[in-house]
Amino acid sequence: MSHPDPKDEIVTHLPALRAFALSLTRNRATADDMMQDTVLKAWTNIEKFQPGTNMRAWLFTILRNNYYTSRRKLNREVADIDNAFSDTLSVKPDHDGRLQMMDFKVAFDQLADEHREALILVGGSGFSYEDAAKMCSVATGTMKSRVNRARAKLTELLSLEDDAVLELTDAATMAVVGSPRIPS
Amino acid sequence: MSSVNDPKKQRIEKYIDENLKKVFSDLEDDQMPDQIIDLLSVLRAQDERLKQEK
Repeated sequence: MSHPDPKDEIVTHLPALRAFALSLTRNRATADDMMQDTVLKAWTNIEKFQPGTNMRAWLFTILRNNYYTSRRKLNREVADIDNAFSDTLSVKPDHDGRLQMMDFKVAFDQLADEHREALILVGGSGFSYEDAAKMCSVATGTMKSRVNRARAKLTELLSLEDDAVLELTDAATMAVVGSPRIPS
Repeated sequence: MSSVNDPKKQRIEKYIDENLKKVFSDLEDDQMPDQIIDLLSVLRAQDERLKQEK
């Protein structure tokens, strides 16, 4: 039985890889450079990918390693941000929902790299804590702790402990996430 | 201190995760940059050439 070419599979993960790059770098030009490096590395090292394992996790790992290596090389503690993340606001069905989503993105932008990364891997992309931990070369407990701290920080930034705010955000979220094109 | 089963905490987590999924889905819809499309064309052409040389 012949196996499909794993290079064909790389292409199917590119939209998710780009979403991860944008959320990690928050800069369109940097995200595109990281994407280009990742695709080139994955393509030319495809024999290192083990068929049957999670290709998306493999690609995300290459991208995040590239990103942190380049940050270290440039000796940059603070990323060069152009709001690529919070600017990506598609048309939403409801004014309040749109404002709430913008608030959410602005708050998300303020999280530390490792917290943003943990939340996007586990909450946004649906990786298990175990897979996300492997991708970031940390223990599963560390990943759980990062996700919890990131959620706590967002809760604080968005004042979600306030019952009135939570009522409003629930209604606004339903207006946005209830949109039919959003996968459940 | 709120427990793991605290309904309010669960509601907040649900709100955050739903928004994260929405944000990630929006980012996935972002147009693929030309430089990536061009790179894929170059890599495929290169593979094709190598295959023919074998």
